[in-house]
Amino acid sequence: MVDKSIIGREYPAFTFEVEKGKIREFARAIGDKNPLYYDEKAAKEAGFEGIAIPPSFPTVFAMAGGLMEVMLGDLKLDLAKILHGGQQYEYFKPIKPGDTVTGKVRIANAFEKSGKGGTMDFIVMETTYTNQNGEKVLVDTSTMIQRR
Amino acid sequence: MAGKQVFFENVNEGGSMPEFVSEPLTETQFVMYAGASGDFNPLHTVHSFGEMVGYGGVIGHGMLSMAVVGRGITDWLGNKALKKFGVSFRAVTKPKDVITVKGVVSKKYTEGGNNCIDIDLVAENQRGETVVTGNATAALPSKS
Repeated sequence: MVDKSIIGREYPAFTFEVEKGKIREFARAIGDKNPLYYDEKAAKEAGFEGIAIPPSFPTVFAMAGGLMEVMLGDLKLDLAKILHGGQQYEYFKPIKPGDTVTGKVRIANAFEKSGKGGTMDFIVMETTYTNQNGEKVLVDTSTMIQRR
Repeated sequence: MAGKQVFFENVNEGGSMPEFVSEPLTETQFVMYAGASGDFNPLHTVHSFGEMVGYGGVIGHGMLSMAVVGRGITDWLGNKALKKFGVSFRAVTKPKDVITVKGVVSKKYTEGGNNCIDIDLVAENQRGETVVTGNATAALPSKS
């Protein structure tokens, strides 16, 4: 049974420095050869302040922030039964290499749902990121599913 | 690879995003993605763990599937357009899978001074099974 009392629970903020080496490593891993991810000159000519960032790159912030460990430990979840059900990003301002982003996580929702695979528990984590100027840059909404 | 600039005037409701086809996924790529993303769930890299959980081996990260969908979008619209991007993971991916990403413009509108489109997205494997469904909102420049 999912514990509804976790809704609204917040976790300590974490920070992440956005480095161009990490962006390039990520772009290579996803198989994307777009020069905007590798070549600063090309990116600047295209109007970016530094190399561009793939849309799903912010997963790196979340992983570095230890969100999975938070989920597994604090919420007593079992890694072998957890699925990543869905992921959403809302982009407010550009994020560029050299930025330091600060993420704050809260449990936005927790509910159970029955389907043909039986009843499963859903936990929705919402992480709001601000940059070094205090501007809101991104909201990450991640839905985790625990099979029973 | 990013193509030429797409303007608001170039897209219409019901119109399609250019289809994007991935390279075949590989076990090496799952290891690379684990390192790059920091997601070291052994399901994606340790064969025996994948067998124990019942997948018969390693499976791809859901977020790698999302990244493949993202490539379809950025190849079409570039890296400045996205306002929202969301996916639901429908099926796992395995090594050698080839992912095809398709999109349809569901809505075209102006909001808060932005020229926006909503896109319905689906990614399928080589057997035609849905791997990911999703949607995105993008703001496009206008020719005028």
